[in-house]
Amino acid sequence: MFENIGEIVLLFWRTLLALPNAWRQRQKVLDQFFEIGNASLLMVCVLSFFIGAVISLQTGPVLVERSLPSAVGGVVGIAIAKELAPVMMAILIAGRIGSAMAAEIGSMRVYQEIDALRTMNINPIHYLVLPRLLAIAVALPMLVVFAVLVGWFGGAVVADMNHRMEIPFRVFFADLRDIVGLKDVANGVFKSFCFAIIIGVVSCHQGLVTIGGPRGIGRSVTKAVVNSIVLIVIFDYILTRFLLK
Amino acid sequence: MSNSNHQSSSVGLVVRGLRKSFDGQEVLKGIDFEVRPGEIFVMMGPSGSGKSVLLKHLIGLEEADAGEILINGESITTPEIAAKYRMALVFQSGALLNSLTVGENVGLYLTEHRLKSPGEIQQIVAEKLEDVGLREAMNKMPGELSGGMKKRAAIARALVIEPQLILYDEPTSELDPLSSVVIGNEILNLNRRTHVTSFVVSHDRDLAFGVADRIAVIVDGRIVTIGTPDEVKNFNDPLVQKFLHADFKRET
Repeated sequence: MFENIGEIVLLFWRTLLALPNAWRQRQKVLDQFFEIGNASLLMVCVLSFFIGAVISLQTGPVLVERSLPSAVGGVVGIAIAKELAPVMMAILIAGRIGSAMAAEIGSMRVYQEIDALRTMNINPIHYLVLPRLLAIAVALPMLVVFAVLVGWFGGAVVADMNHRMEIPFRVFFADLRDIVGLKDVANGVFKSFCFAIIIGVVSCHQGLVTIGGPRGIGRSVTKAVVNSIVLIVIFDYILTRFLLK
Repeated sequence: MSNSNHQSSSVGLVVRGLRKSFDGQEVLKGIDFEVRPGEIFVMMGPSGSGKSVLLKHLIGLEEADAGEILINGESITTPEIAAKYRMALVFQSGALLNSLTVGENVGLYLTEHRLKSPGEIQQIVAEKLEDVGLREAMNKMPGELSGGMKKRAAIARALVIEPQLILYDEPTSELDPLSSVVIGNEILNLNRRTHVTSFVVSHDRDLAFGVADRIAVIVDGRIVTIGTPDEVKNFNDPLVQKFLHADFKRET
């Protein structure tokens, strides 16, 4: 993975330079945006609801036993907003959308469609990478906002219904509001924006360097997902360290 | 290849001392030839002789280790060349974009470079598809087309560029004899209509001797002979004769 880091950074830089062409590619950006949202929304709901629920279930009874029921909403709220929603959604999108990007661009490379674009003087970065990167950079933070809300709801449902907590819905959210601020949510959304760039650039790069036939495409898809997840986890630490200051 | 400063006349092509190696293995070992403006030049040779690699150099998809390629006397490495001359490559597989319809594929160059209004593009696409007998396939996806139809659609896509130099990579490979004749006729008709300089890479002897003004034979990364079809046919070289007369021999 790390031997390609220079190429990945170069691709990101070239895509940034292509940004003035974004308006011309708006239809493709919208298509990709719809693809990402449509493909992921249900999964995001299910995943974030149960993440919220399980965090509430794991931390709630411990805090209640220590006479800290008012901390349950805050702990669940912070954990979801700052860490779990951005990271888990990024991993979900890396698997669901990053793999699709690598497979689609990889098969275009293998079957000479990208060469065909070049012979028509159509820049593959403008035509393929830019729309995907813009779409994922907007879609993932939006999905994360959605995931945070659903995750909080999942946590509140469990806190209310579990006999070891029995924290009413309204109390859970009042406690959550006391501890979690808009800045915490913005913190998670910013992280997810960075993760979206990682997924987009790594997956598109992997697609563009695909060689061989169907086996090469399969290898590219696996590498795109694994490399994205590894980089997400590494950058999660770096960003958290930076944002804690 | 570009949207500006278009020139209408066909162009000449000169290749001098072209060399290319991949992982230490020399694929092109000093290629020299010239294609005259408006002629159909066929590069023949067995599989693995370096024909497709040569073609990729001519369109700028590969960079040579040594040697030069000149279009109307100007090196293809100069940045303005793409803006000055229109070139098109018809890929062996067609290389149509599978996510677009045939019509969208054919109009892609005009759409992406915003050279015409959507209505005009629609009209041009219909005309070009009509030229290659694929008018009814405009709204089909490439996956719904046969091999021959894909190649004809790829030719239509190349025609939209109104090329001054058109390159064909194995245009009749994987096609039945009837489809091969259709493609051969397309190459001839296009050359007659527009006087486009045509460079065809193929190992199809019937196509080569049917459409070529001149033929070059490449074997193992070197050009063995260049001449008119009759000159090549009568060229007294065992490699060329073996390639031109290879046939099945059934023992009785």
